[in-house]
Amino acid sequence: MTPFTYTRARDAAEAVRLGAENVAKYIGGGTNLVDLLRETIEHPHSLIDVTGLSDTIEQREDGSLLIGAATRNTAVASHRAVRSQYPVLSRALVAGASAQIRNMATVGGNILQRTRCAYFYDHDGSRCNKRSPGEGCDAIGGFSRNHAILGASSACVATHPSDMCVALAALGANVHLRSARGERTLFLTDLHRLPEDRPDIETMLEAGELITAVEIPALPFSARSTYRKVRDRASYAFALVSVAAALEVEGDTVKEVRLALGGVAHKPWRAWKAEAALKGRRATPESFRAAAEAELADAAPLRDNGFKVELANRTIVAVLTELMEMDV
Amino acid sequence: MKISINGAQTDLPADARVSLLDMLREHLHLSGTKKGCNQGACGACTVLLDGRERILSCMALAVQYEGRAITTIEGLASSGEMHPLQRAFIEHDGFQCGYCTPGQICSAVGMADELSRGVPSHVTADLSAETILLTHDELRERMSGNLCRCGAYNGIVDAIADVHAERVA
Repeated sequence: MTPFTYTRARDAAEAVRLGAENVAKYIGGGTNLVDLLRETIEHPHSLIDVTGLSDTIEQREDGSLLIGAATRNTAVASHRAVRSQYPVLSRALVAGASAQIRNMATVGGNILQRTRCAYFYDHDGSRCNKRSPGEGCDAIGGFSRNHAILGASSACVATHPSDMCVALAALGANVHLRSARGERTLFLTDLHRLPEDRPDIETMLEAGELITAVEIPALPFSARSTYRKVRDRASYAFALVSVAAALEVEGDTVKEVRLALGGVAHKPWRAWKAEAALKGRRATPESFRAAAEAELADAAPLRDNGFKVELANRTIVAVLTELMEMDV
Repeated sequence: MKISINGAQTDLPADARVSLLDMLREHLHLSGTKKGCNQGACGACTVLLDGRERILSCMALAVQYEGRAITTIEGLASSGEMHPLQRAFIEHDGFQCGYCTPGQICSAVGMADELSRGVPSHVTADLSAETILLTHDELRERMSGNLCRCGAYNGIVDAIADVHAERVA
């Protein structure tokens, strides 16, 4: 590990002041960053601990939730309002990592965790445009079972590893940002970038910008929502494909639907095309399938991950069917 | 800059890079907490934060836990009496080589606390349930962050189920 100084920020103002001054990284629970420091993939001059910042979940009168970025993953998954009104978020969180890691990991850190692409981690043995821009990508043409099928580029085929973010993408969450220059909000779906020719730039965050909170708008049908994760082990593995969905059916017609995919792209993938294909259609397995295929039509599989296309199609159909039958 | 380790106030390391795990093992010679993967994959380094919350000491920078209380396997016994889970692991033969055992036991203590607080898991069918029973599936899912490469899982599951018999479905 490269040496660094360590400061525990008392509040967001102090954190962003320190974040503007140094070659700094913000640290939450450390469950990803400590590993990256150890592998010398990250080498900040200073660490600013932001776990002392807001870790409360505020339930507002309009039904929306404001979750402090330092809230631990377990606390979000266990929160009464999240479990009853946004089950997709609770289910996504408990599908991720292990209990020990969920107890440590913060919401802000979960959003900004980095890909688990093995070539990205293989500092000494593999080329990676995310680590060293321009040097090439050994995942392309390498073992690509876990890699992206949507939105990838000739520079990078890594996937975003978060389950929570897939649920947040489906729910239309906003991310509150703060820097020394001021505050702003972004849709979570606009926060992460596709790799294009600069996979080393993973988000729209500006230098020193800090995630202070996540806001989940009230969604009248969010109680009818869930998350399904398909992985190589029954537990404690990253997603091959995951689906977050919320559904509102009136009579036999889809009135509203939210759909996002994990394990398939460089960012949590909101399935806008599938949503558009479903709204106003009859809620049948045939229209679910057609909507899934509309989304996956753009898929560009690699040597080892062609199975993800059909897996995503089937998982979307299975999840929407499950939501039809859900007792809410 | 102090941290409490098994009830004793201890100085934190001056170097911020020292993990809680290395502080325990190398600085304090509390070698009960084990270093398995050192990358958050195996659970062998599991310790308890503030007496109840299970965390991975390998992924924790010690300085981040200033003012907090850590309990390791060495701190679980009280007045010379083994913790009920320690006794149950012996009774049910919940180990072979023993390397994962301290992490398994600390993890099981934390798991019981999560269950009593109603923390859901991946296999919890009803997210609104007030009480979650420790079914076989719940127990295995909730302990999935602790690997045992000898494969002593049957004994581990029996030991934990025995201690929490009142919650077992």
